[in-house]
Amino acid sequence: MYMKKITGIVVAAALMSASAHAKTEVEWWHAMGGTLGEKVNEIASDFNASQSEYEIKPVYKGTYAETMTSAIAAFRAKQQPAIVQVFEVGTATMMGAKKAIYPVHELMADTKESFDPNKYLSAVTGYYTSNEGKMLSMPFNSSTPVLYYNKDMFANAGIKSVPKTWKEMGEASQKLLKAGAHCGFTTTWQSWTQIENFGARNNVAMADNNNGFGGLNTKFTFNKPAFVKHINQMSEWAKTDIFKYGGRQSTGMPLFYTQNCAMTMGSSAGLAGIKANMEGINVGVAQLPYDDSLVKKPQNTIIGGASLWVLRGHSSEEYKGVAKFFSYLSSAAVQADWHQFTGYLPITQDAYQLTKKQGFYEKNPGTDVAVLQMTSVEPTVNSKGIRFGNFLQTRDIINEQLEAVWAGKISAQTALDNAVKQGNEELRRFERTQK
Amino acid sequence: MSSHVGFKNKWLPIALIAPQLLITLVFFIWPAGQAIVQSTQLEDAFGLSTEFVGLENFVSLFNDSNYLASFFTTLQFSITVAVLALVSALILSAFAEHITRGTTFYRTFLIWPYAVAPVVAGSLWLFLFDPTIGVVSEMLQWVNVDWDPVLNGSHAMWMVVITSTWKQISYNFLFFLAALQSVPKSLHEAAAIDGSGPIKRFMTISFPLISPTSFFLLVVNFVYAFFDTFAVIHAMTQGGPSNSTSTLVYKVYNDGFIGLNLGSSAAQSVILMALVALLTVVQFKYVEKKVAY
Repeated sequence: MYMKKITGIVVAAALMSASAHAKTEVEWWHAMGGTLGEKVNEIASDFNASQSEYEIKPVYKGTYAETMTSAIAAFRAKQQPAIVQVFEVGTATMMGAKKAIYPVHELMADTKESFDPNKYLSAVTGYYTSNEGKMLSMPFNSSTPVLYYNKDMFANAGIKSVPKTWKEMGEASQKLLKAGAHCGFTTTWQSWTQIENFGARNNVAMADNNNGFGGLNTKFTFNKPAFVKHINQMSEWAKTDIFKYGGRQSTGMPLFYTQNCAMTMGSSAGLAGIKANMEGINVGVAQLPYDDSLVKKPQNTIIGGASLWVLRGHSSEEYKGVAKFFSYLSSAAVQADWHQFTGYLPITQDAYQLTKKQGFYEKNPGTDVAVLQMTSVEPTVNSKGIRFGNFLQTRDIINEQLEAVWAGKISAQTALDNAVKQGNEELRRFERTQK
Repeated sequence: MSSHVGFKNKWLPIALIAPQLLITLVFFIWPAGQAIVQSTQLEDAFGLSTEFVGLENFVSLFNDSNYLASFFTTLQFSITVAVLALVSALILSAFAEHITRGTTFYRTFLIWPYAVAPVVAGSLWLFLFDPTIGVVSEMLQWVNVDWDPVLNGSHAMWMVVITSTWKQISYNFLFFLAALQSVPKSLHEAAAIDGSGPIKRFMTISFPLISPTSFFLLVVNFVYAFFDTFAVIHAMTQGGPSNSTSTLVYKVYNDGFIGLNLGSSAAQSVILMALVALLTVVQFKYVEKKVAY
């Protein structure tokens, strides 16, 4: 009697789990917290509802660094998810782990999923393609630095046009200071905006080997005169409050929110945050300034954000699910919605056109600046993107050195020389681990 | 009757200490051994290629001026945190012991910060110290201090020191309070009859009698400042500006868990392990002589 009962339960449990497993589950580790995380869950559940074979399970794993670290730790313990979101500085590390990753172009071919790499914006996918132009990861949330400016403070200082060049940045800031502003401009993510994107925008390489795309024996060159001149100019400006440093990452934003500084350079995905923090204040979005002594016409900028990498070690059924999900994610409707909701770039041409057709850019001025900045010119080798191993550490090195410059402790030349030297040590160490 | 009290069966004592030994083995000896093995290797993040490099990780650390500077930073940070946390906790507990009304209220609130996670404490104080929107920086403006922790290294240092100290005061307070309460009342009463005031009584009776606790706390506070403060630094300064708050343990965390440079991170933790062992030995050898049990 008792035995029968237990057998019954076991059979029932087996049946139930069998019906639950009829759907192939695919785990997706991501780093999107708050409202972005809710949006990610929404995308996953919409996909799950759209078909009956696969189930995407999004799991929030903390910050970008934490997500990447836990995925790597999971891989070492053979517990890796099928999809993991990795930030752009982790790209070289992921690429190097050839036995761990399943390149997206291979995945799509193996699962016979229709896939046209030309549909994607080249300025976005360029960052995530191999040197032969093959797409390795699926772009997900990509942003690019833009210039935000306080329209009210500009009007108060009598400035008619938004600065386009660095020279105009200085002139406008001087007018702003005279009109009572505490500082002209600040910046977030200084390595990204003032070194990496300064190089791209002005078509100057920050390293040899096509900015690292050409191989592992890359050497940094961002101590060249173009960069030194720019950093030196900024340090001069730091003395007179034309430029004010607000800290690493985006900790400088409060300087802009509280109207201490009239301009800031930051991620195009930050517009929603600015609107929330500056209610009643008119804020404009403009393209990132360029140096007109270096280029006549500015280049596109490079992206930040993250992409989705597929990890090996799962069944072909699961990979079919991944491929289906990626197709769904790239569809114009999903992309357009994601782009409009978050401020991240649309990753396909279709999504951009759809957003335009829906009249989104007219209703929300400034939201198309990043897209135009990315797409108005063909990317060059210097603006396609960067690919450096251990770049997370090198960004820290750049932060340390630039902070010493802003504090007036060392010259721009010394700082960039130091950063290049230490950064090259990181590149050499990375090269040694990639055998 | 034998004066030697012991177990007849020699397996019983082993069985009794086995759980403790096992825990030490699993949670200390094994990871420490792993760290030593890892410190001699150069490995990619995924562990796909591993190369034995001997002492190279150590050599490159000692050739790195930033690493050497972080020894000094750590010492500066740890001494300040330990001294500040001990002194302020002692003063607070002496007062808390002294007062008669609202004891529970004061004690509860003094113990409270211990329950706050380091990262939360870091974020909390980061708000207070924020140069643009912080309350503390606003007050500092009144006395004409141009508070700028994002560029001024010593400002940043004070910021992490104060936060780390604040976290630790509660713990010290608890122990000091318990120690002070165990000082016999009769001694105080006798001294009071002989005409000595509360400060004199504290200095000559309580303070010497709680020296075992003070010594214990000194060791614990150093270990805390050395090991447990990386979350605060991570949340507040990320070691900046220009490495001025980059302590040894923060570098271990940052290079290992953020930078995924496991070899160097392991080498650093081996060095740190040796350093703390050395420090504890020194404390026991020299400072303990002044302790009266």
